Amino acid sequence: MSYLSIRNLSVRLKGGPPLLRRVSLDVGPGEVRGLVGESGAGKSMIGKAVLGILPPSVEVTGGEILLGGTDLLGLPPKDRRRRIGATCALIPQDPLTALNPSHRIEPQITDRLVNILGWTRAAARARARDLLEEVHLPDPERVLRAYPHELSGGMRQRILIASAFAAEPKLIVADEPTTALDVTVQKQILKLIREMQARHGTALVFVTHDLGVVSKVCQHLSVLYAGMVVEDARVADFFAAPRHAYSAALLAATPKYTDPDAGLNPVPDAVIDAVRAEVAAFDAAKARRGAA
Amino acid sequence: MADAKGMDGRSMIRRRAGPRLWLSAGWLSILCLAALFAPWVAPHDPLAQDLFLGRMPPFWMAGAEPGYWLGTDSLGRDVLSRLIHGARVALAVALIAGTITCLVGATLGLLAGFLRGWVDIVISRLIDIWMAFPPVLFSILLIAVLGPGLVSIIIAIVVIDWTRFARVVRAEAMAQGAMDYVSSAQVAGRPRIGIMLREILPNLLPTIGVLLTLEMGIAVIVEAILSFVNLSISTDDPTWGSMIAEGRTAIHQAWWVLVFPLITLFLTVLSFSQLGEGLKDRFDPVLR
Amino acid sequence: MSDLYRIENLRLALADMTAKPLFGPAPRIEILKGLSFGIAKGAVVGIVGGSGSGKSTLGRALVRLLEPSGGSIHFDGTDITHLPEAVLRPLRRRFQMIFQDPMSSLNPRHRVGTLIAEPLRLHRLDAIPDRVARALDHVGLPQNFATRFPHELSGGQRQRVGIARAIALEPDFILADEIVSGLDVSSQAQVLNLLERLVSDLGLTLAFISHDLSVIRRLCQRTLVLHQGRIVEDRPTAELFAAPASAYTRDLLEAIPLPDPSQPWL
Repeated sequence: MSYLSIRNLSVRLKGGPPLLRRVSLDVGPGEVRGLVGESGAGKSMIGKAVLGILPPSVEVTGGEILLGGTDLLGLPPKDRRRRIGATCALIPQDPLTALNPSHRIEPQITDRLVNILGWTRAAARARARDLLEEVHLPDPERVLRAYPHELSGGMRQRILIASAFAAEPKLIVADEPTTALDVTVQKQILKLIREMQARHGTALVFVTHDLGVVSKVCQHLSVLYAGMVVEDARVADFFAAPRHAYSAALLAATPKYTDPDAGLNPVPDAVIDAVRAEVAAFDAAKARRGAA
Repeated sequence: MADAKGMDGRSMIRRRAGPRLWLSAGWLSILCLAALFAPWVAPHDPLAQDLFLGRMPPFWMAGAEPGYWLGTDSLGRDVLSRLIHGARVALAVALIAGTITCLVGATLGLLAGFLRGWVDIVISRLIDIWMAFPPVLFSILLIAVLGPGLVSIIIAIVVIDWTRFARVVRAEAMAQGAMDYVSSAQVAGRPRIGIMLREILPNLLPTIGVLLTLEMGIAVIVEAILSFVNLSISTDDPTWGSMIAEGRTAIHQAWWVLVFPLITLFLTVLSFSQLGEGLKDRFDPVLR
Repeated sequence: MSDLYRIENLRLALADMTAKPLFGPAPRIEILKGLSFGIAKGAVVGIVGGSGSGKSTLGRALVRLLEPSGGSIHFDGTDITHLPEAVLRPLRRRFQMIFQDPMSSLNPRHRVGTLIAEPLRLHRLDAIPDRVARALDHVGLPQNFATRFPHELSGGQRQRVGIARAIALEPDFILADEIVSGLDVSSQAQVLNLLERLVSDLGLTLAFISHDLSVIRRLCQRTLVLHQGRIVEDRPTAELFAAPASAYTRDLLEAIPLPDPSQPWL
């Protein structure tokens, strides 16, 4: 039974073109689903729609986002926010801007626990210290008292991970959490996210442009092009034999240092034309349905 | 070349001129025309007194005198004609003082922000010291020394307000100076002065334009304030500030003498600020 | 083979503004701690390292956007280490740079045509329209792109404009600083293929800075690995990948996630 289930989600720019075209996907408890695609494919948009943080210029035009069986889009805004706040969390892309530079670390982890979930300050503080230990930060007491600029990018990303897990969410959306980091730090952070996710049994939506990363942290993946899911597969099956020509081309474009002749092949024009034709056919079918 | 086909709509975005651009530009054009052709447009001589026609109300009220649309003041002078003639002073001050202030302030700001080093230290300290003077007192003092008159008002506005431009332009020039296109121009072999004028300045123009229109609005207000405290040009010439000052004394008997110049002043200052923002929205090719 | 660049014991220190005391000058921190290497004519050299390794600083010193605080840089026999800007300017045509972020390195107020033509004008070259057209052609952009503004282009197209701008001057040397790190895999592959072709067609010498070893492997015959301002490895790329000599290079390699679930990694 999946915890997050998105059914036919359509999103568009207000008065403009569609950004998501009937996207469907499922994520079960303890499962990791990767969302991959090129920039502008709509992969981040899905995470934002789930968390209810779509930009004001964008609107949902159809579909359902079922969270533990309840359709979020059917709830009144206030209930929806409360429900998301209590069960979901985000690991953001840029650790440098995600923490407020003028506050110490402690309130940035504990405020949510105290204000939204009604914990006592002391309990929230103890929880924060335990979490910092869990994400392997040395000397948690000192880190809690520190300001963000006193910590490295990798340390800040660890804090954001700790903070995401603080309220024991059922679902976490990680939006390109390692793009801003060095490869060596990326490896440690991915390892940490995987370890925390498995221990807490959290459902994880992992947005990334890197198929290498997907092959390491995800069990399932959805490949997106122009807001359309072109392939939904188990990771092992996908890397053995991708079914869609576009996702196969994307895999062939991903660099592979072990073999200097493999990888780094641009997606062929014919493949782009074919997948664009698919998108156009989808839009035409939708227009026909709308007219009928 | 899949990406050369360009499926995205970046170049398709066109922004329309919003109502605020039309309204502000419309009001300012009417004002400019009225000021240019004041002797022909104004129904009466703004200085002609007629004590028998004192404190006539505007046209829609009982007791109004035909031909005196916005009423008369206590000396029987036509309020509409005085407003129209007052626009000449107001706009002259706005355009001349605004432009000179902009040139002085933006130049110093650009030099400080781009050249850095001792140039920046000197200009920044000057700005700090300058801003420590209370502006209204400073201007009154200046006019007292220079003597009243249009030129004195303009000098006073420039001397007080150049810091506003200098501060903003300096900060913006520093931010632009850190962009890679500056390094890129240096690699291409462009001399420093060329980088400042050809690379950085065009990127500052939208900001400078907005500041300039704001400054024009401020110049109108400063002129009105100085007229109000009787330090503007000779008391004979009608100005909005002097009209407000006179209207204040008779607020209970003839409110229109005070209210019409106030509304005109308000609309003009608002239009200047909206014009700047509106123009930037409409014509800045870079989506921010 | 003769060296185009000869770098001896290069040191560079920058003021650390974050540690600046209230009064007095900011302390200087040494970013490059004595680097020595050469770049042969026609070579394609990769410079790799993590953030804070000094790779970008090294690049900016090579094209003299930064002035070294010690050691020397010889370009084609001329000592350019401390040459003043006015003396350096005519030489600048011969070493060009492509920047990481084309959104920041292409002036948003200028059209593509102007962006490419302007450096040519500065160096008083003739037949500028022809050169601009040829440069656009080389990077595979249609001629009508000359009238567009940078913000009207996609990321990959913008980076092509950055490349066109550099090659239009017909330089001997090009420094490419992380030029594919902001691009999608497909555009990344296109830009790398383009660069590979231009190097052989135009006989360029190229230094390619990247944090990504897999990209370096594809393009470069020789790789320098930088770590904390020092060269920890300088070898032919194939050898380096076959048997990395330094622990840091090994860490870098092992940290790259291959698109293959069977690779033991985490």
